[in-house]
Amino acid sequence: MRRVLEGSHAVSCAVDLARVQVISAYPITPQTHIVERLAELVADGVLDAKYVRVESEHSALAAVIGAASAGARTFTASSSHGLALMHEMLHWAAGARLPVVMAEVNRALGPGWNIWADQTDSLAQRDTGWMQVYCEDVQEVLDSILLAYKLAEQVSLPMMVALDAFFLSHTYEPVDVPDQQAVDAFLPPWTPTEILDTRDPRAFHQLASPDYYMEFRYKMQQAMEEALRLYPALDAEYGGRFGRSYPMVQLVPFREGARAPLALVTTGSVTGTARVAQEELGRRGTPVDLVKLRLFRPFPQAEVRRVLEPYERVAVIDRNLSFGYGGIFAQEIQAALARLERRPAVYPFVAGLGGRDITPQTISAVVERSLGEAPPEDLLWAGLKE
Amino acid sequence: MVSGHLACPGCGAAIAMRFLLKGLNEKAVVALPACCWSIIAGPFPYSALRVPILHTAFETGGAVASGIRAALDARGETETQVVTWAGDGGTFDIGLQALSGAAERNEDLLYVCYDNEAYMNTGVQASGATPPGAWTTTTPTGSPKRTRKKDIMQILAAHRIPYAATASIAYPEDLVRKVQKAVALHGTKFLHIYATCPTGWKVASEVSVRLARLAVQTRIFPLYEVEDGERYTINLEPVGYLVDAYFEAQGRFRHLGREDLDRIQGQVDRDWDRLKALARLG
Repeated sequence: MRRVLEGSHAVSCAVDLARVQVISAYPITPQTHIVERLAELVADGVLDAKYVRVESEHSALAAVIGAASAGARTFTASSSHGLALMHEMLHWAAGARLPVVMAEVNRALGPGWNIWADQTDSLAQRDTGWMQVYCEDVQEVLDSILLAYKLAEQVSLPMMVALDAFFLSHTYEPVDVPDQQAVDAFLPPWTPTEILDTRDPRAFHQLASPDYYMEFRYKMQQAMEEALRLYPALDAEYGGRFGRSYPMVQLVPFREGARAPLALVTTGSVTGTARVAQEELGRRGTPVDLVKLRLFRPFPQAEVRRVLEPYERVAVIDRNLSFGYGGIFAQEIQAALARLERRPAVYPFVAGLGGRDITPQTISAVVERSLGEAPPEDLLWAGLKE
Repeated sequence: MVSGHLACPGCGAAIAMRFLLKGLNEKAVVALPACCWSIIAGPFPYSALRVPILHTAFETGGAVASGIRAALDARGETETQVVTWAGDGGTFDIGLQALSGAAERNEDLLYVCYDNEAYMNTGVQASGATPPGAWTTTTPTGSPKRTRKKDIMQILAAHRIPYAATASIAYPEDLVRKVQKAVALHGTKFLHIYATCPTGWKVASEVSVRLARLAVQTRIFPLYEVEDGERYTINLEPVGYLVDAYFEAQGRFRHLGREDLDRIQGQVDRDWDRLKALARLG
């Protein structure tokens, strides 16, 4: 069914369709619309779930960890400072191998207080053992939640679906909402065996000595690699059932069969703007190919290499910053390309921090600089007031 | 509870767990935030308890238990009792927020704090439960703890939960009865168990229970219940020995002088009078 949905409500809608059993969340702008709608759905009896109204984000994830450990399909949502407060429990959920799914609304961290879009919050959680996916539009947000449950439950790792503050969370778009039966067929109930059970009492997550700890971590890494292997088939299955596909790395060539001199890599909602900029640049005689990077953890290294290897130049736009180094996606892409014999020159741009608009003009400037200048030693800033 | 646990000799927390398990029904799930019991329960792949245990991070006792409760309810397992078993650090300090959240929501769970009056698992550092005058490694004898022990019972009573009670390893029948009473009630139940730590208190392991009894007999740790945050019942009227006997027995108070003991006696007497007054209000 086609409906006009706000990005946040697309999340709530998907959580409902996934038949989540326990939801726990603490309000933080701009995540609030997600959990308000879920509270309504539970209160109205539409969604048969328990809603645990906790006193902090740290407790929200802790509650969800308790619930998942007792065998429930769970959901929480967060953003920015809330996610930072959850940090410890992010590690715990992953180490406990629980397929928790979280919607994470990308928002800048203070000071100064800033409620607008910035990916530094979720990317700072890179090493917690969570899978991460970054969405371009509201439809992708809805579909990603459903895909996330399936993938998380298959590999026993938690997954974060990231969407840009306001650009996606508060934007209404027409969305194709799958019907419940089709979702049930795609996403059957989660039936874990390793749970808190009085009939089979066991201890979970106790002291793990040096004799064991490393193997637990080895298995988490294996699960990440497994997720990378499973992803294409899962995406294909989703495409077959619902008619929409989301490759982990998507190449959008300016002209089919031709290769532009520059590949522009984007993530999140900037990709939508980049599609417009790509057309405009083409009309002005500057063809550029667009590469949308969707999956961040596990990082699709081989796919990034395969897609980007043929290019002379690659420009990356990062709406995030690892202080003292540069944009985080650019950093990972450079690492992925490092082993190639002939590798593209990478132009790492930082743009749009704290919700500053990344306009088609910003993107044109990024493209023109990358085509006109020698490869930089350091990061490049786009849209900075100097 | 089976043999092979990793508690120190004379550990009050091990004794407390035995009595908790005696009071529980067969259907119970235990959430265990970081505390001495994170070690006592045994390393992977062992467990010294025959109930399902979820080990969890320090400050999450109230929240994790709430989540377990929600999942069990969603599965229709409403009769299974969810228990949080936490030390005083995880209850009085770092876990207070999550405990308060759970109590405010009146989650159907039993939260048990075994109180050994400091962070014992990390090597005897002061907590919000450490009594005035006590030596710990972060309140050394040159600068012992000056402030009062946080009144956790008043804090929980202020949440108006259906049941809060103190208990002691020296009064097992009373302790087990309180566990049984708690699990029969719906909502948040809080049990504050006084549990000696021979290592941290610098006492011989065989005096654990005797010391716990002295704490009750001197009215330092009275046994009482609070129902719905209002109705106070004192379970035992001690003779009321002077606190000296209790303090003299422990290495952690060895530096205290007459003046200190008199001041503490005054505090204990005032607290007892106040408790009696509350009990009279019925």
